Amino acid sequence: MSHTHTKYYYPYVSPFDPCKPISPKSYVTPPQLYLGFQPPNLPQYDPKEALFRGTLWPALYSKYDKKGDRGDVNE
Amino acid sequence: MWYYEKKLQYPVKVRECNPRLAKYLIEQYGGADGELSAALRYLNQRYTIPGKVIGLLNDIGTEEFAHLEMIATMIYKLTKDATPEQLKEAGIAPHYVNHDKALFYHNAAGNPWTAEYIQAKGDPIADIYEDIAAEEKARATYQWIINVSDDPELNDSLRFLREREIVHSQRFREAAEILKEEKDKKIIF
Ligand SMILES: [Fe+2]
Repeated sequence: MSHTHTKYYYPYVSPFDPCKPISPKSYVTPPQLYLGFQPPNLPQYDPKEALFRGTLWPALYSKYDKKGDRGDVNE
Repeated sequence: MWYYEKKLQYPVKVRECNPRLAKYLIEQYGGADGELSAALRYLNQRYTIPGKVIGLLNDIGTEEFAHLEMIATMIYKLTKDATPEQLKEAGIAPHYVNHDKALFYHNAAGNPWTAEYIQAKGDPIADIYEDIAAEEKARATYQWIINVSDDPELNDSLRFLREREIVHSQRFREAAEILKEEKDKKIIF
């Protein structure tokens, strides 16, 4: 089962807010929140890619994009 | 805003005149994992967390102030009629020369309360996990205070406070589950 690493929510927006509202807003829910005790024999990256990513296992890899690239909408 | 009820959340009775206990209880007043830290931490985090858990932070943050009052009442009762000599014997002469009988937000070692105790990271997961950890640390502090106190009535109130930390921790764990939920997926029971 795979989970999204980013969630979105819609904060309350007042008609009197001084700045252009950002909605939805995003927050990060990285994979370790869901894995529980890591099961054995999960698929692995090849060694070179593992060194580059910081983990052997795709199940633990969390891609992090800048806020602007995650879909926070400012309108 | 708040409405104030002029009573304690749970009764505070102190059987023995034992100012030394006040020295330990002050940890839960102005210490890192104390009630002031808890109240201010949660109420401050409310603004930048998803709406589904704002109400929880609001309610628990408010309850922590009710706990703060109970701790204050305990410390006050334990010290208000003590002589300077008794305070000296209890090891709180340094507090006395600085504050007389006034309560002050510092920990059992005398370090003044600091906002550094109440992290706000802005990352909802980090903040809720901090809150869970804070509740477990407060629970542990109550255990250690009960261990060094032999006042049965005081321990009764402390056991109530310890139990509330357990309930708060459970609610924050539920908040973490809410934050983890996949919004677009249907929950099947
Ligand atoms: Fe609490």
